[in-house]
Amino acid sequence: MMMRIWLGPLLRYIARRLGSLVVVLLGVTFLTYGLMYVSPSDPVELLLQAQGIPVSEDVVQALKQKAGLDRPFLVQYVSWLGNFCRGDMGESLVDGQPVAEALQAALPRTLLLTLTSVIMTIVLSVPLGILTAVRQNRFSDYFIRFLSFLSHAMPSFFVSLLLLYVVALKLHWLPVLASGSAKGLILPTLALAIPMTGKYIRQVRAAILEQLGQSYVDGALSRGIRPGAILVRDVLRNALLTIITLLSLSAGSLLGGTAAVEMIFVWRGMGFLVMDAILKRDYPMIQAFVVWMAVIYVLINLLVDLSYRLLDPRVRLNGEPN
Amino acid sequence: MKRSARSARIRYQILLALTILFLGMSILAPLLMPNDPNHAALADAKQAPSAEYPWGTDWLGRCVFSRVLAGAPLSVFAALAIVGLTLMAGSVVGIASGYFGGRVDAFLMRIVDIFLAFPGMVLALAVAGMLGKGLNNAVIALVATGWPPYARIMRSQVLTLKEENYIYAAKLNGQTTVSILLLHILPNALRLVIVTASLSIGGTVLSLAGLSFLGLGPQPPVAEWGSMLADGRGLMQQHPWMVFYPGLAILLTSILFNLLGDSVRDVLDPHDSHHLFQKTQRKRKP
Repeated sequence: MMMRIWLGPLLRYIARRLGSLVVVLLGVTFLTYGLMYVSPSDPVELLLQAQGIPVSEDVVQALKQKAGLDRPFLVQYVSWLGNFCRGDMGESLVDGQPVAEALQAALPRTLLLTLTSVIMTIVLSVPLGILTAVRQNRFSDYFIRFLSFLSHAMPSFFVSLLLLYVVALKLHWLPVLASGSAKGLILPTLALAIPMTGKYIRQVRAAILEQLGQSYVDGALSRGIRPGAILVRDVLRNALLTIITLLSLSAGSLLGGTAAVEMIFVWRGMGFLVMDAILKRDYPMIQAFVVWMAVIYVLINLLVDLSYRLLDPRVRLNGEPN
Repeated sequence: MKRSARSARIRYQILLALTILFLGMSILAPLLMPNDPNHAALADAKQAPSAEYPWGTDWLGRCVFSRVLAGAPLSVFAALAIVGLTLMAGSVVGIASGYFGGRVDAFLMRIVDIFLAFPGMVLALAVAGMLGKGLNNAVIALVATGWPPYARIMRSQVLTLKEENYIYAAKLNGQTTVSILLLHILPNALRLVIVTASLSIGGTVLSLAGLSFLGLGPQPPVAEWGSMLADGRGLMQQHPWMVFYPGLAILLTSILFNLLGDSVRDVLDPHDSHHLFQKTQRKRKP
């Protein structure tokens, strides 16, 4: 009775959302593929230069033919798409290794870093946001909001460098390079979470303040319920939807923001991989990066929307009967 | 409430004055430089701050203070240009979508949906990466990925505005579609778009610095704050000034624009009195 979810419509909803993922992927890959095609610099020439091989027209043509880069744009795109659908993401233009192998190692690292950063953001911003809301217009409110304003204006790469300088280089508490260890994960996580926290403290504060202004709070107070209990049992619960929305949004900007942080701490995830690929113009790798980021982002958003449905029975997903 | 509206206006005027002062200073910055920002004197490399080099020198012996000043107009005006261009691009799409409706609307909003279903910075990275390094490509990447929210907002504004009586009156007067769009729809729909734009300037400064930190922005020897940080990070242990001062410049610029954005919102779109929505939500049938 309690968990009577309309499975039929729910499954149909999930199917439709995954269907829209296909549209998103087609649009985004077409865009990036088109950009690659109009881009002035030639990956083959760049590759030859990097290897110190003199660039001659014959060699370039032969290599292009081998990589299929001499064919018309649409033919290239469709053949890439066909291969991708069969699970073949192509080979790196730089070292000829399958893209899938490189991704297999990098993807979990980025997901881990994103996950720890999201958790850190929650751990920092939710309690501080509640504190500022409860102590509205007192010193602690102003002080925390000042800090949050400051950290929100700081780019994650500057935070990374400051953390690196203070914690790793001066105090020697933590290693400079992340190099895959749990200890090395702390600084990159903080570097991503601090600017994000600055942004979300304000939003958590606004969400809590909005709830505190509702009449049910006055009602509960007049019935003699302790303020702390109201805060935890009612206000927080009602503000939860807003907080979860923030999480899904932060996951999106984290996925994009990891590149600089991964570079600084040499955390060999997707961002590290794609920056290397961009500098060497390794197109198959960039394409694969774009596709996987889209898949992850759409899935996260889908999970978030489904969790609304579980947390708040009043929420009806698009197309579900009321 | 009246008093808070007045203090919001005063705060806005102070911040606007500060911003104009800041913009003026960044235009004049190249005149204030004590040294040539691109003059490499290897004998003076990696010097600590001194009277001659107030913020020290970088690995090539270039004056960090002069380079931060030289980077000011670039960082600030490129960010403003990006915001201006995204606003325009998004508004054109939003107006077309909202005013013409039907298939145009469905098609354009489908594209907007695709863009919004994708983390913007990932796409900006991919676009800049595909196009190659350089300031122009970084600007294109950020504009190409930033316009969809503006299109959404503009569309919703136009949808409510186009049912207003004065639009019908203008049509009866025989005004052309273009003049109705430009003279009647655009000025009235612009308010929310401007609020969004001014809130996003600070973030754009950070995004642009981020792209150039990753090596996708202006190429050396052009002085840009993000790429200065990238250059200095390897030498940070002994020579922290190479990283600290450009980073501080980014931070202060972004703080100023964030404050301005907040105060523009408070003046144009006060949250406690939603008269803007109340006015436009009332749908009048002709």
